[in-house]
Amino acid sequence: MDRSSHPRSRRIAPVVAVAAAAALTLAGCSSSSGGKEAEEGAANASAGKATTPRMTVALVTHQAPGDTFWDTVRKGAEAAAAKDNIKLVYSADPNAGNQANLVQNAIDQKVDGIAVTLAKPDALKGVIGKAEKSGIPVVGLNSGLSDWKKLNMLEFFGQDESVAGEAFGKKLNEVGAKHALCVVQEQGNVGLTQRCDGVEETFDGKLDVQNVNGTDMPGVKSTITAKLKQDPSIDYVVTLGAPFALTAVQSIGDAGSKAKVATFDLNKDLIKSIKSDDIQFAVDQQPYLQGYLAVDGLWLYKNNGNYSGGGEQPVLTGPAFVDKSNVDKIGEFAAKGNR
Amino acid sequence: MSMTQQATPAVDTPPAPGRKQSDGRTRQRPLALRLLARPEVGVFLGAVAVLVFFLIAAPPVRDGSSMANILYQSSTIGIMALPVALLMIGGEFDLSAGVAVITSALTASMLSYQLTLNVWVGVIVALIVSLAIGAFNGWLLVKTGLPSFLVTLGTFLILQGVNLAVTKLVTGNVATDDISDMDGFTQAQKLFASSFEVGGVNVKITVVWWLVFAALATWVLLRTKYGNWIFAVGGNKHSARAVGVPVTFTKISLFMLVGFGAWFVGMHQLFSFNTVQSGEGVGIELIYIAAAVIGGCLLTGGYGSAIGPVFGAFMFGMVQQGIVYAGWNPDWFKAFLGVMLLGAVLINLWVQRTATRR
Repeated sequence: MDRSSHPRSRRIAPVVAVAAAAALTLAGCSSSSGGKEAEEGAANASAGKATTPRMTVALVTHQAPGDTFWDTVRKGAEAAAAKDNIKLVYSADPNAGNQANLVQNAIDQKVDGIAVTLAKPDALKGVIGKAEKSGIPVVGLNSGLSDWKKLNMLEFFGQDESVAGEAFGKKLNEVGAKHALCVVQEQGNVGLTQRCDGVEETFDGKLDVQNVNGTDMPGVKSTITAKLKQDPSIDYVVTLGAPFALTAVQSIGDAGSKAKVATFDLNKDLIKSIKSDDIQFAVDQQPYLQGYLAVDGLWLYKNNGNYSGGGEQPVLTGPAFVDKSNVDKIGEFAAKGNR
Repeated sequence: MSMTQQATPAVDTPPAPGRKQSDGRTRQRPLALRLLARPEVGVFLGAVAVLVFFLIAAPPVRDGSSMANILYQSSTIGIMALPVALLMIGGEFDLSAGVAVITSALTASMLSYQLTLNVWVGVIVALIVSLAIGAFNGWLLVKTGLPSFLVTLGTFLILQGVNLAVTKLVTGNVATDDISDMDGFTQAQKLFASSFEVGGVNVKITVVWWLVFAALATWVLLRTKYGNWIFAVGGNKHSARAVGVPVTFTKISLFMLVGFGAWFVGMHQLFSFNTVQSGEGVGIELIYIAAAVIGGCLLTGGYGSAIGPVFGAFMFGMVQQGIVYAGWNPDWFKAFLGVMLLGAVLINLWVQRTATRR
């Protein structure tokens, strides 16, 4: 049965392996219908096209693979690039050292502008200085609200996580929550921790924090269930990402709890749940806007010398609340996967 | 670990003739020691210890519905830990098992949604894809003679990239669309992700499947020719081949079995959560492997059981949820998990050492 001892088959094995790998990849692709790419093109907002000279902008984020949030940031950036006659080079790595290398890579490519997230500012300080030295304008987005000025960056587009958390806490008071649970899907993430801290700051009731493993959805589900069983007085579950809010709704059912769910960030499935009252509200930092404004800001600087925020203040993209009162309007855009 | 553990546990030692005490080798060892020598006993005691510990430390665990929740978490690990354990007994392991679960779920979801087909078509195609991934792993391994670490690390990376890129290409997003309103969804959900009441406690169907699969795997391992082949190829591939064991077939089919498990858990995730994020599943393969190792399977192959990983997975679910039920400071969550698991493995190791000494 085993023919690996044949010298001939041994020689062709790697070739077959590569072919099989390719076939595997193709097999995945062929399930796509042709109309999908057209839909993707149509989904982008379009506002004519600039006639300014072609420029290249690098967007370097700390995205973890497969995260819906960052996909929306990227779509915003792509929409701005398409409109501004910009070639957008997107790259991402959640590891700060690797992200710094990607910025270096952009410098080596001699791009006309760099947009970068500052989840770990210290690791990026060096390369950002290098970019500025070589005359490349750098803007910040999403994370790094407290550090972009120190690094002499041009502009910053994002949400103050603490401010968003504080707004969230106030909203919890309004809806009459007494005991909330803040579910952190990535233990040790600074931005996520700031959100929970912000909520605690303004929330009059009691706030507990629970870490879960974001890459294991069944695990997330049973951990929230367990926490609700452990403390039946919890009446609000606060999640920090849209997919986890939808899972929390199931956990509440499993635990036989009466708790309600509210969340940070949006996606299109969440819209339905807000309409059906499964989820009370979502605070939206408008990731599409962050990507869009960062790229557009670089274009404005290059072609018209503009500084968004006057070069002194950050441009805030959140917190915007989505609840039953405005969900229909936003739902139209979310259906395209852009909100 | 001592070499004495390499003995085939499938067959009991033949009863020693008479009671000659002159030579220790033929002496019948006390029943307790013989029991302890079985691969699943250490983990069984570990699991009982962890259970008792949390029954005392975390009052909510005493509730029936809490136990159902713990068993649910254990079952999603345990269903995959079973084929992973069989593969490990067969001398190989699979790093792609975690993302393969997501690959399967993505395949079923996107195929059904994009072509507007009955979801069962997606489910069947996903099964074929999952089995093919397993077959590819096994085939490449056997043909090239590369270690399974390298082969499955390659597949792990390929699948991780393909999951992301293809999902983005097909749906325009990095998560799949909601398929819960499509034909066949309700039936498939009954099979893969429903729940039922037992004495007022809501039990997830995956717990039942987990135990059914465990019974099946135990029977295959201990009572069939195929089970003997698994032990043989894991113990020594060359001598197994010399005595006529179809090594190639056994290894490839074991990888395909892991593919089957990935498909099943993937379908559970799809029909339980309606959509799938393409970045999920990374890192879970290590938990499957951990459950198998805690369950008494040797990383070097040739030794282990199917019931051991059941307790291994239970222990994992118990510790993970028990910490929450106990209401401990969540910052320490992973540290607690690690300490409890190491403790459990050490108990396991100590039991085996004690049992196999002399």
